[in-house]
Amino acid sequence: MKYTQGKFIIAEKSAIARNIYSFTISCPEVAAVTSPGQFVHIRANGFTLRRPISICGIDKAKGTIRIVFEIRGEGTSAIAELNKGDLIDMLAPLGHGFTVKPDAERVVLIGGGIGTPPMLPLAQAYGEKATVISGFRNAAAVILQDDFRKTGADVIICTDDGSTGYHGLVTAPFDGILNRDKIDAVYACGPMPMLKSVAAVCKEKGIFCEISLEERMACGIGACLGCACKTKRNDEEYFAHVCKDGPVFNAEEVIW
Amino acid sequence: MADLSVNICGVDFKNPIIPASGVFGYGREYEELFPLSKLGGIATKGTTRHLRTGNLSPRIAETPSGMLNSVGLQNPGIEHFVSTELPNLLTKDLVVLANIAGSTPDECAETAAMLNDTDVHMIELNISCPNVKQGGAAFGTDCGMAAEVTKKVREATNKPLVVKLSPNVTSITDIAKAVEAAGADAVSLINTLLGMRIDINTGRPILRNNVGGLSGPAVFPVAVRMVWQVANAVNIPVIGMGGVSSGRDAIELMMAGASAVQVGAAIFTDPFAPVKIIDEMNEFLDSKGIASVKDIIGTVKPW
Repeated sequence: MKYTQGKFIIAEKSAIARNIYSFTISCPEVAAVTSPGQFVHIRANGFTLRRPISICGIDKAKGTIRIVFEIRGEGTSAIAELNKGDLIDMLAPLGHGFTVKPDAERVVLIGGGIGTPPMLPLAQAYGEKATVISGFRNAAAVILQDDFRKTGADVIICTDDGSTGYHGLVTAPFDGILNRDKIDAVYACGPMPMLKSVAAVCKEKGIFCEISLEERMACGIGACLGCACKTKRNDEEYFAHVCKDGPVFNAEEVIW
Repeated sequence: MADLSVNICGVDFKNPIIPASGVFGYGREYEELFPLSKLGGIATKGTTRHLRTGNLSPRIAETPSGMLNSVGLQNPGIEHFVSTELPNLLTKDLVVLANIAGSTPDECAETAAMLNDTDVHMIELNISCPNVKQGGAAFGTDCGMAAEVTKKVREATNKPLVVKLSPNVTSITDIAKAVEAAGADAVSLINTLLGMRIDINTGRPILRNNVGGLSGPAVFPVAVRMVWQVANAVNIPVIGMGGVSSGRDAIELMMAGASAVQVGAAIFTDPFAPVKIIDEMNEFLDSKGIASVKDIIGTVKPW
């Protein structure tokens, strides 16, 4: 099985920041085949289109996955109204995830805002080999940092207003690490300008870099071709699809 | 267990439910979820003479009870379809409607001709795509052009020819009669209704193409009305579509005059929608003691 669709029980729900919710969902058959970087496509009651949400935790032993999402509009608002014990309708797991490199000795994971959740399964895979840089608007918007610390990773927080951690963009501490250490791989998810600058730095230094993109999506499995993303493979431009070819792409393939 | 089989233009369908063109690709992605043999047929992704890259993103927007799309006929071209996708589909025990489109009548005819040496069951000619600058809807909104492209394709193919009509017209019955006279064996309707959404925070249209095709439950009553009007205006079979999301909807569209029903946006909400719709139709017919789904086609009793 690559993916399935069904209704699964929400085992835990918590609000972890303003308008940001965490669901742990009991779905052994999904958890068994999920890898870091994949996403779930959730039905929002009363809406035609499902909402793609990245996977923030995979516990194959307990048969659960965790998602952390922000209320962005009416659809995510409807999903946030679900409670512990309710059924959540998911098409999952979907997409092409991150490449975990067993021989990498030092990696950097960069998450911006609601782009931080998909970095957590990667941090678990890399443990002490990882430095996790997370950027947020302010201290109140900070999420998941205790979870990242538990993986053994080095954790760096940046905020736009300096209310906690570094005052400024994730790129400043990132540059510092690149100047100090030999980095084997970089992974990033967050706002496009952030991804673009991370990708440019990695290209310049010849570092393997994967980024996770988002796009408005319909089917979620590569049939409708709705979520196009301009990429380059073998020197030819073509529209890849975020749901099937992504959401994770090698940064050098993406045409910004 | 009611008899769900229908026959359109001499082609037998085991049931009247067909995933609509554009939502279902060439079937591969949904085969992961259920066997395609459960379906009556498949209308393939709109395919053109040559590869098309499609429109820039965003191509998708949510709307009240529906959605907009402006994919712009991204497809790998008819040669890839014939060599790679069609042979796979022909092993799946369902009717294959090859949906084709083009920028000119000659291009449509050339694309259709490339299916002559294949075992594809039917051709669905899209003269109504709202998302491409040339061809597409331009053919479908003018009786003369609709007839011309139908005639050219008719001359190029011996396959049963279904012409897919646009609802973005003053009189869909005039277009339907024009393509019937030009040699269409059946018509399918409705394609999407042209729509638009604007992000009021940025002042930009949500779709990169500015406008796109509206589908989903919001368009269902328009589909019922147009299927009813067209079924009463032509003597060829009508394949109905537009916002069907339940077995009851499919029954309603068949009562309006459809001989088969395509399912589109509902598949995005629930990928198992076509299979559930087949089961629900069967339950409805059994509950009414109707032996065959054919017995409900066009049975609406208008006031």
